[in-house]
Amino acid sequence: MAEIRLENVRKVFGKTVATRDVSLTIHDREFMVLLGPSGCGKTTLLRGIAGLEQIDAGRIHIGGQDVTDLPPRKRRIAMVFQSYAVFPHLTVYENIAFGLRMQRVPAAEMKKRVQAAADLLQIANLLDRYPAQVSGGQRQRVAVARAIAVQAEVLLMDEPLSNLDALLRLEMRAELKRLLKELNSTVVYVTHDQVEALSLGDRIAVMKDGEILQCDTPLAVYDYPANDFIGGFIGNPPMNFLDGKAAMNGAGAAVTAGGVTFQPPPTVQSALQAKPVAGVRLGIRAENIETNPSPAESALAGTVLVVEPLGSHNLLTVQVGGERVKVNTRADAAFQPGQAIWLKLAPDKIRWMDHESGRTLG
Amino acid sequence: MRSSTALLRRFGRALTYGLAVLVSLWVIVPIYLIGVAAFSEQLAVYTYPRPFFPSPFSTETMEFFLRSSGVLASARSSVIVALITLVLSTLIGAPAGYAIARFVFRGRDSFRLLVVSTRAFPIVILSIPLAVTFIRWDMYDSAYSLALMHTALALPFTILITSSVFASVPRDLEEAAMTLGCNQFEAFLRIALPLALPGLAAATLFTFVLSWNEVFAAVILTVRNRTLPALVLTVLDESPLPYRFAGGFFMLAPSLVFMLFIRKYLFNLWGRVTK
Repeated sequence: MAEIRLENVRKVFGKTVATRDVSLTIHDREFMVLLGPSGCGKTTLLRGIAGLEQIDAGRIHIGGQDVTDLPPRKRRIAMVFQSYAVFPHLTVYENIAFGLRMQRVPAAEMKKRVQAAADLLQIANLLDRYPAQVSGGQRQRVAVARAIAVQAEVLLMDEPLSNLDALLRLEMRAELKRLLKELNSTVVYVTHDQVEALSLGDRIAVMKDGEILQCDTPLAVYDYPANDFIGGFIGNPPMNFLDGKAAMNGAGAAVTAGGVTFQPPPTVQSALQAKPVAGVRLGIRAENIETNPSPAESALAGTVLVVEPLGSHNLLTVQVGGERVKVNTRADAAFQPGQAIWLKLAPDKIRWMDHESGRTLG
Repeated sequence: MRSSTALLRRFGRALTYGLAVLVSLWVIVPIYLIGVAAFSEQLAVYTYPRPFFPSPFSTETMEFFLRSSGVLASARSSVIVALITLVLSTLIGAPAGYAIARFVFRGRDSFRLLVVSTRAFPIVILSIPLAVTFIRWDMYDSAYSLALMHTALALPFTILITSSVFASVPRDLEEAAMTLGCNQFEAFLRIALPLALPGLAAATLFTFVLSWNEVFAAVILTVRNRTLPALVLTVLDESPLPYRFAGGFFMLAPSLVFMLFIRKYLFNLWGRVTK
């Protein structure tokens, strides 16, 4: 059992607050991704869990034990560093064996576990080499093998793929997912790459300015972002936003944006009635917009600015009033730059947000 | 147009190289001539024009120097002083260098500056009070007390060089060791120290040379137990020319050899004191 519980964890560097009272529970054997732009405090939080950073306030529990004041070696964790931190003066074998030697694991058992970890990461043929004699991708595998060889209950990973080139990263991502499923460890994985977060995580904690804005499954974070920042940060292309005005009438609230009136669903209705807001921001993803070459009912009128063929589909940039909207169309749709276009938003995919705070309504 | 800028660039480069060669010659030629004289026969020193090669090659001059009274004894004392200096300054300086490289603490930059600024006091000014204090404390005229003085002189360099050596060992490596079961000291011992060892060796060689060459404090603080440079300096006026050349070469040789070894780390030090 290795549940990680963070209670009001705060870390301050000089005058900047790296994490402000973060509370988060990571379940046993869960793959939790900490996602956010650089400087959001995600690495600080991870290093806090590892014990490499002394936190200024709050408590950290791992597996029911308060580890706040324990050094890293007593926390039953293993960590993979962004720089890999493979020891250059030790062979690959000795690198993987390092943690086991420190635990005084018997020689036969150690050999078996090093071999198993090396096999798992397909570096068994490199055991006698020094880190300088293997490629960057292989060094990364050594770092992962070293971390899993100690069979820690918690595995911490700090942007482990960010130093690999694009192709290798894609390959390693899938392999990590397979590998970590087999391991039964609780994993905390830090990244700024939203694709990595979506593809790997059981849950994603989206961070900004030292706070966790939303923590949910990848699909929920993608489909129901808690605010406009998350909608804009996750997904490629980012979520589109249209600014509209809310008006009350007999039937309830209605929002007008881009010349079209939208009827909010009941939950948003009641939220608007409870606390009326002047501006409502509509969020919609590129794949939830239907394109029409001719006027259609309750469709936004716009002009095609750019057509980007991406093979599987075309990405259009459309000017709607004062805003630009990214839309996916089929690869064979014949839209040309400058052409008039009508966009129909899938009503159940529209996300309704308070323009001022950016928070989702309802 | 294009060819003229290329020409200008080539000219600039030639000028740079020319000056570099000139400066190097300025240093190398005297050293070379000393070497030639040290390995010629004694009388060859007086010939004119100066030979550019030792002909015939002879160790007679060197032997004459080494057999002169006091030379071997003071060479021995020089080695003792330098070895003590090496050990002491490494024991004190390396931890300080590690601290500067690894830990962010209040006043770190001032500390670094302070360390260097100790060298700003000319030892000439310190010499009288130093001699008086050493006499009062009954430490005067001893190789061991001179080693203390040399340690004080060498420490700023030891601290700066070792801090640059430790700064070149990524912090991540020690942190990784700590997540793998090491405490801070074990992480240092198993990771930082082995990786820093070549650089540390260079730093200790540097202190050895520093002490071996140091003459001023040695002259002031010793009378009978002179180190080699102090001895040579005091008898310089009344000694024959071959003695001076041989003595010069004998003192120069270790420095030349050591510099060759630690070149890389000196470049590091001057190139980037901080990371």
